[in-house]
Amino acid sequence: MRKKVPEPPSSEITSESLYLRRREFLKSAVLFTGTATGVGGGLQLLSGRPSGTDGGLPSAPGDAPKKKPRGPYDTDEAPTSYDDATTYNNFYEFGLDKGDPAENAHVLKPRPWTVVIDGEVNKPQTVDIDTLQSWFPLEDRVYRMRCVEAWSMVIPWMGFPLAGLLRRVEPTGKAKYVAFTTLKDPKQMPGQRTSVLEWPYVEGLRLDEALNPLTMLAVGLYGRVLPNQNGAPLRLVVPWKYGFKGIKSIVRITLTEQQPPTTWSRSNPREYGFFANVNPEVDHPRWSQATERRIGELRRRPTLPFNGYAEQVASLYSGLDLRRNF
Amino acid sequence: MASPPLPWLKPAFLVGGLSPLALLALQLARDTLGANPIERVLNQTGMLALILLVASLACTPLKVVAGWTWPMRVRKLLGLLGFAYAVLHFLTYVVVDQGLALATILEDIAKRPFITVGFLALVLLVPLAVTSTNRMVRRLGFPVWQRLHRLSYVAASLGVVHFFWRVKKDHTEPLVYGGVLALLFAIRVAEALRKRRARSGAPASAI
Repeated sequence: MRKKVPEPPSSEITSESLYLRRREFLKSAVLFTGTATGVGGGLQLLSGRPSGTDGGLPSAPGDAPKKKPRGPYDTDEAPTSYDDATTYNNFYEFGLDKGDPAENAHVLKPRPWTVVIDGEVNKPQTVDIDTLQSWFPLEDRVYRMRCVEAWSMVIPWMGFPLAGLLRRVEPTGKAKYVAFTTLKDPKQMPGQRTSVLEWPYVEGLRLDEALNPLTMLAVGLYGRVLPNQNGAPLRLVVPWKYGFKGIKSIVRITLTEQQPPTTWSRSNPREYGFFANVNPEVDHPRWSQATERRIGELRRRPTLPFNGYAEQVASLYSGLDLRRNF
Repeated sequence: MASPPLPWLKPAFLVGGLSPLALLALQLARDTLGANPIERVLNQTGMLALILLVASLACTPLKVVAGWTWPMRVRKLLGLLGFAYAVLHFLTYVVVDQGLALATILEDIAKRPFITVGFLALVLLVPLAVTSTNRMVRRLGFPVWQRLHRLSYVAASLGVVHFFWRVKKDHTEPLVYGGVLALLFAIRVAEALRKRRARSGAPASAI
């Protein structure tokens, strides 16, 4: 016997026109979603920048900050977070975006590493980085750092005064300047495969600036070894000058009679002078230097002459027109 | 030839165009914009303004070259979205970055060409946004409206110059935008010349 198939009541049957409209609606919905996602995704791709907050970095130092007595040059301002200081870097050897160095600098091998010290010195030498840093007791120093782009940080460096190293190699009477050179190796520094700047990066100081007790060579920050993106294994820190003077990953220190041709001042002499002293009175052609944003803060703060180190260094420039010699 | 109604087109472009803003707001709230979030917001809103303005200027050339008409239906929306991001970009600079320090802002606008051209681009966009409604098109009359809206060419060009002067090194990216804009202008000029030739040629052939 065949059972009669039960028919649904007519009230449950969708009319054909409604059925077709539903299909139309679904089709529109799918196209809407696809288009919206496409437009949004495209804009994201074109405008987006890597966030630069990851990159397989070790997290902030786990041990609680040691309460140390304040050193003679330390600022009592709160240090910038370790994450910010190690993920927001200008280091064009690893890319132009500030997040690039943290992402790309792992290809640099900071050991073994040798530093050549030569030029107008009585004791020129080539020395291994570990030997070099073993010559001096390492000091912690909390310095303000001011970038020419009008942002600033407070960084606890670890290192030793450059003066100690210079005295050890005995500058000759002809030495007037110190030139520093960064490693040039596109295999370890992928940013050097493009010629945005002339490689290797070169910076320099007048000898009296180099001998100032504030000037230091750093091998660490926040009580740990210097991360590659911050200039491992050896970098210069000159706290009263804009950050670009603080040359990173140094392989050569040469004492010279002539002012060395430094990378940024050669690339754009109108915007980046040799001295690059932090000076709220002398504007960068594209922005004022009167104020700065401390990383981690919302409001700008006034920039201090010589980045707050005028007492220690202003005398170095007496008689020099700092508007012309910027 | 008119394309089918595509009722979803404008809402989809609106949602797509606003999604980077939603993402930016989300990242801001979650504090994942990196060490200098203000700089990131400035850069991204500026880029989005430029991209959307260039996209709005691509609609007519697309119709000319590919024969598509659907881009014309989102042209106004893209232009307004671009304007909205430009306003956000400016407000971020004035309110958040400079903290409403009017003296500094006015000095920036007056003294620094890179800021001057950016500001000028924004100012030029204001009358275009104001006259973007159909009612305003009717009130002004299409020829006047059309001439006025050619200011968008100037605004977008100034936007590219603003971007070019902002970049410290490696001008590839602003040059790409400049190149795209130049191509779009070239298509417009070629089309205008073709039309003029067709118009002056018509009586001769139609004895």
